[in-house]
Amino acid sequence: MPSLNINGRNMSVEAAGDTPLLWVIREQLQMTGTKFGCGAGLCGACTVHINGEAVRSCQTALSDAAGKKITTIEGLSAKGDHPLQKAWIAEQVPQCGYCQSGQIMQAASLLAKNSNPTKEEVVAHMDGNLCRCMTYSRIQQAILRAASEMRTASNSGTERRAT
Amino acid sequence: MNTHAKITEGAPADLSRRSFLVGSAATGLALGYSAVPGLLGADQALAATGNFDPSVWYSIAPDGIVTVTCGKADMGQHVASTMAQIICEELGANWRDMRVQLASNDPKYNDPVLGAQITGGSWSTMMNFDAMSRAGAAGRIALTEAAAAAMGAPAGDLVVRDSTITNPKSKKSMTFAEVVKSGKATKTFTPDELKAIKLKTPDQYTMIGVSVPQLDIPSKTNGTAKYGIDVVLPGMVHGALVTPPVRYGATVKSVDDDAAKKVPGFIKAVTLDDKTGTTTGWVVAVANTYANAKKAAAALKVSYDGGPNAKLSSQSLFDEAKRLQGLSDSGEFFVKDGDPAAALGTAAKVLEAEYTTNINIHAPMEPMNATARYTADKCEVWVPTQDGEASFAAVLAASGLPADKCEVYKINIGGGFGRRGAFQDYVHQAVNIAKQMPGIPVKLLWSREEDMAQGRYHPVMQCRLIGAFDKDNNLTGLHMRLSGQSILASVRPQVLEQEKGRDPLTFQGVFQTGEHAFGYSVPNLLIDHAMRNPHVPPGFWRGVNINQNAIFMECFMDELAQAVGQDELEFRRKLMSKHPRNLAVLNAAAERIGWGKPAPQGVHRGLAQMMAFNSFVAAAAEVSVIDGKIKIHRIVGATDCTYAVNPAQIERQVPGSFVYGLSALFYQECTVKDGRMQQTNFHEYNSMRIAEMPKVETIIVPSGGTAAWGGIGEPTICVAAPAVMNAYFKATGQRIRSFPLKNHNIVMA
Repeated sequence: MPSLNINGRNMSVEAAGDTPLLWVIREQLQMTGTKFGCGAGLCGACTVHINGEAVRSCQTALSDAAGKKITTIEGLSAKGDHPLQKAWIAEQVPQCGYCQSGQIMQAASLLAKNSNPTKEEVVAHMDGNLCRCMTYSRIQQAILRAASEMRTASNSGTERRAT
Repeated sequence: MNTHAKITEGAPADLSRRSFLVGSAATGLALGYSAVPGLLGADQALAATGNFDPSVWYSIAPDGIVTVTCGKADMGQHVASTMAQIICEELGANWRDMRVQLASNDPKYNDPVLGAQITGGSWSTMMNFDAMSRAGAAGRIALTEAAAAAMGAPAGDLVVRDSTITNPKSKKSMTFAEVVKSGKATKTFTPDELKAIKLKTPDQYTMIGVSVPQLDIPSKTNGTAKYGIDVVLPGMVHGALVTPPVRYGATVKSVDDDAAKKVPGFIKAVTLDDKTGTTTGWVVAVANTYANAKKAAAALKVSYDGGPNAKLSSQSLFDEAKRLQGLSDSGEFFVKDGDPAAALGTAAKVLEAEYTTNINIHAPMEPMNATARYTADKCEVWVPTQDGEASFAAVLAASGLPADKCEVYKINIGGGFGRRGAFQDYVHQAVNIAKQMPGIPVKLLWSREEDMAQGRYHPVMQCRLIGAFDKDNNLTGLHMRLSGQSILASVRPQVLEQEKGRDPLTFQGVFQTGEHAFGYSVPNLLIDHAMRNPHVPPGFWRGVNINQNAIFMECFMDELAQAVGQDELEFRRKLMSKHPRNLAVLNAAAERIGWGKPAPQGVHRGLAQMMAFNSFVAAAAEVSVIDGKIKIHRIVGATDCTYAVNPAQIERQVPGSFVYGLSALFYQECTVKDGRMQQTNFHEYNSMRIAEMPKVETIIVPSGGTAAWGGIGEPTICVAAPAVMNAYFKATGQRIRSFPLKNHNIVMA
């Protein structure tokens, strides 16, 4: 019975090792913030972090995730107050909202490594994440806003929450 | 069985609509916090005791929180927030006190103008503004009268602002919360009394026209917003489809489930017995988890009879559209002024062009799904739907149960764009499966591949345009002949019966009058439609027929202007003197883009305009083309929707609609081979990504007055493509008349 470390908790799950991590998260653990969009790694709606790296959970086998540190949108911050989440609200990014968990998780993996990305770096990092409502302009603005806030917080000595 | 399913402790025994409509606040459908509709504990449902419900549309709790119940489907257009904003204007509440929740499909939540809950046609604001305004005003009057009695002052002396009722003379005040807590706000209104309320005039608005934050957004940043795909019921099983080989008309000959039986968790294969003919040739593998259902579906061996459509192809669809276009007698006359035949016959100069648009699919991010539970006494369905009535009709038809035993629970929608409206094939399927497994809830989820193969497609359309000039280069005649599929012939055939075989929707944007009126005056005008309806089921795709009609008409307008050597804007202006609102948005877009002034080196401009869904819209684009690669530097969208409730919301919808439309222009095409759709996933049906997002500038020019309110979700989608194509022509001298552009090896820089 594989054990997953997800959002800081160890949880055992019952599924074959080749089951996509996405379905284990959504159906067994009932964390439904991570979405199914294409099942083929083409849209990014299912993006989660494994050991801090953004991955497509629809393309990640359960056996490959076992023993690693998994973070989903539910675990990105304790109170939904990650700088990206705050920026997403400030910029009023979501429309239907379905892809936005994946967008935020993809963006968080960038800012964890680079809190001062250029516009081009943001675009390059986000280009695999599809949004059919086409909220792209605000996604870009929100990421730059969050990065700025993280730098300010960091400069002022405030502890920054790790992603 | 899904042994992992966890459900909130104390799950209710009574899942009926009645239980969660007792009172309307705190019923858990709130967009931000939602539990699954229909699965609320009685404690939650009864928490509304002590609320003041001035109207079916909202409830005020003793803590002053105003919860608006929205009968419309929320699919990213934030319509619930829009309804709340309209109510808030007249109620005098503080926006911070407003909350929203989605209604059930109870008819009491029907759109008061439409008489239904269907969400489409960009209708919601235009059809609900009056009712929401009156509901808000009624609440304000009731609260004020109660406060007046408590404060011992005439109601007419009191001022309502920010959820507080104040007597400016005594400086005494009461909050909405205090009035509700007092239990003294009890006034009710008859329909006549509601009608008699004097509403604010636009100059008195303090909320309408303000860009307040949308109320559903926080839940969409932390994973808590619940969509149809997120429904979890106790003991739920999962269904995965086996896609039939033909889009429509195949039948299942046999199903071999030997290999599927070896998949852990496999329960059974269900061949759908759909007597309504909505779905054909469908087999579903049912298992304890979706992952296992997918494995089992892949292991099923199904043999089919392909049926009558097994040989159809894209080419055969195009060929037939073209054949019909050439016939002189098969067009359905629709729009006619003057004597176009005579004008064409006596013209000094004639210009002719032929355009073709292709098949498109909606491809919303959330694939189609529905969850159903059937017993002999009740059939319940949880579904992200744009059309509660259509979902309900599908439940009735598929379950065979009477209306009082059927329920539909509506949930957030992960993208609609028209796919989740009239077409409820997923509901038919879910109920069909559930009926074969009484008492066990079944969630049916389509894969992306199934979504692409089984769409309700934006149809192929062709258009031949002929313009006639007199010797002074005045446009004296115009014939626009459309040929192709009628959406209504498939979706609402009764409309064609009423219209003597014609489909009025085909003429969106080029109609004689109404919400889609033609924006030019041409003395001799004929616009007709030769109809042909192949097996590929058509659907309402965001903007519907304005998409191709704008490309046809607005690209050809440029062709006409260029044929007589005139400036494209000036040429249009001469035809628009009787269309001042069309002209105003066109001028606004042209001015913003800098029309008539020098463009940056290598940059070229194009324009387009149209009236759609009661709004007047125009676009102006700046593009450059280098080595066949096109770069959109800027694109301006101007819209006159009469009044703007939330300008920032409009500024979000316009770029979204532009890029939704431009994605189709550049990349998107569904093709048919042997009766089957060939595209399978986003790599074959791509959309623009963040790197391709152009700079969009939105101009809102609401003209006010007493004209009908215009829509926002759809109208602007249609003008982006012709504006870009007109600019592309200026850059290259090449006129593209078939789409998508990838077929011409034109790509985005």
